[in-house]
Amino acid sequence: MSSSANPPVARAKATGLHVGDAVPGVKKVDPIIVVDGVKRTFGGLTAVDVDHLEVPRNAITALIGPNGAGKTTLFNLLTGFDKPDSGSWTFDGRSLSGVPAFRAARMGLVRTFQLTKALGLLTVLENMKLGAKDQTGEKFLSSIFPFLWRKQEEELEVRAMELLTKFKLDAKADDFAASLSGGQRKLLEMARALMGQPTMVMLDEPMAGVNPALTQSLLEHILDLKDEGMTVLFVEHDMHMVRHIADWVVVMAEGRIVAEGAPADVMKNPAVIDAYLGAHQEIDLGVVTGRHTPEDKA
Amino acid sequence: MDIVQILSNTAGSVLSPVTIGYALATIGLAMHFGYAGLLNMGIAGFMAIGAYGYAISILSFGFPWWGGVLVGMVGAVLFALVLGVPTLRLRGDYLAIVTIAAAEVLRLLFLTTAFEEYTGSADGLSGYHDSFRASNPLPDGRYGVGPFTYTEDQWWVRILGLAALALALLLVWALVRSPWGRVLKGIREDEDAVRALGKNVFAYKMQALVIGGVIAAMGGVVYALPASVNPGVYVTSLTFFVYTALLLGGAATVFGPVLGSVIFWVLQTLLGNLLPALVEIGVLPMSTSQSQTLRFILVGVALGLIVIFRPQGILGNKKELTFVK
Ligand SMILES: Nc1ncnc2c1ncn2[C@@H]1O[C@H](COP(=O)(O)OP(=O)(O)OP(=O)(O)O)[C@@H](O)[C@H]1O
Ligand SMILES: [Mg+2]
Repeated sequence: MSSSANPPVARAKATGLHVGDAVPGVKKVDPIIVVDGVKRTFGGLTAVDVDHLEVPRNAITALIGPNGAGKTTLFNLLTGFDKPDSGSWTFDGRSLSGVPAFRAARMGLVRTFQLTKALGLLTVLENMKLGAKDQTGEKFLSSIFPFLWRKQEEELEVRAMELLTKFKLDAKADDFAASLSGGQRKLLEMARALMGQPTMVMLDEPMAGVNPALTQSLLEHILDLKDEGMTVLFVEHDMHMVRHIADWVVVMAEGRIVAEGAPADVMKNPAVIDAYLGAHQEIDLGVVTGRHTPEDKA
Repeated sequence: MDIVQILSNTAGSVLSPVTIGYALATIGLAMHFGYAGLLNMGIAGFMAIGAYGYAISILSFGFPWWGGVLVGMVGAVLFALVLGVPTLRLRGDYLAIVTIAAAEVLRLLFLTTAFEEYTGSADGLSGYHDSFRASNPLPDGRYGVGPFTYTEDQWWVRILGLAALALALLLVWALVRSPWGRVLKGIREDEDAVRALGKNVFAYKMQALVIGGVIAAMGGVVYALPASVNPGVYVTSLTFFVYTALLLGGAATVFGPVLGSVIFWVLQTLLGNLLPALVEIGVLPMSTSQSQTLRFILVGVALGLIVIFRPQGILGNKKELTFVK
């Protein structure tokens, strides 16, 4: 494989992102998203209650937390897919409160979904082309005159195929997206989001269900995005991945931000170990479950 | 039993204004349901708007026939807007409920005696043909071959009906192969995904509702062109018949609606002629009127079988259906 010929180069993490102590809600040097007092309740349950949160620009931020912590709900709120009870937030200096989802996406904030949304009865290539912005052919009147949009369509196709090749989906370009496996759909959704050339991508568990070999290249792609100047905010449960690519980690529990910091520091934070990692994070699973003792393993 | 007459009637139904009107309505519904995924159960309402818009503007307001056609189209745009603004943000099944109700409300408004002066109430409307027939360039006489022999007026209805059909097909074909059509199909699959990609889903759904509605209203006009506007036509079962034709031909296809409508009416006409004839010669042990009911039962069964064994419709892509949720 090509990866053995060119071993991935270690890429430097972005540092110096914050100002002052790394406490929840800490100020960032150059924030792209600033959240203030966003609260969302479902009946009696407070799903999200974020006093203050800043997401650093051109960095990879991981959002972690136990199941039901409110990560997906926060994603939905920030991208206009859900409305908060109260609170406001800005993206790139512009207020996003009350802005509908499609407009947030046009402003450059594109998200993917935890439960993948491949458009099954469109081909993989059509899925990709749908991701591009400002298409002349998508306007009702110009759509019936192909000469107005054919050239743009061809350019999009080239760009789409490049991305598909990168995500190892090029052989599937003409298949219905419904024929893809779960992991391939995750890849397609991410590639499709990139077709819109966003300034920031929010990925909800992009690695869930993707096999380890592909995860490695997916992580490389995410690091590439940062090199290209994009900001990434992603939800992930696998701490190895978070450690590997995140420049900054935000920890949520029960709707609140309970910790923030550089990955290495956050993982040592007692509040995080408590809320999320559990006391056994460094111990082999077999030991935790009593299937074998530490001595067996050695 | 006059086999030749039965076959001739059946063949004639291929070119009848009713078939052409159905085909237009079905194309409109294909835009709504097949491409945009809008479960519009009020297609009969759009057809009624076309027919009444045409007849009322000629009879009550002295419009020329083409003015009546325009009124029908504008009426359909307004109906689509009124229907769409409150409902397109709702989930699909709510749209079905609201549209079926809206079409019924509309029908009852046309039926009530309150507006009898304009709508003719239960008698419907007729006698609006002068302007249309005056526009006919064909010389008087009967033309054509075999079952397709018509008077100049009958031909004029068919020619304009087919022209409208051709225009509608061309428009839908151009739309659905464009990036606009791609967005629409995406919305049918998962509108949140399309929203996340920066498309104004509501605007697309509204555009589809308006376009499909106008085409369906044209179907209503063609249906009404040769004879009269009868309030008994625009009932909910009309909506179901149009759905039948659509599913038969293929919901997300351009030509499926035409094929489905033709097959629907050929079958209807064949059975409508054949069954009473069989009753007459004593093969079917029932009355003539019972045989008319049997016709609908048989059509229903035949169509049920086709939908079960070929759910994508005759022209639909089998592959697409393998993955239906
Ligand atoms: N639409 C809803 N209606 C009612 N409760 C909801 C709704 N969406 C989320 N919740 C609740 O809000 C809380 C946060 O859910 P959320 O999906 O944001 O969690 P999460 O952090 O993404 O979890 P996971 O890691 O399992 O994906 C949960 O307790 C959930 O039950
Ligand atoms: Mg989640």
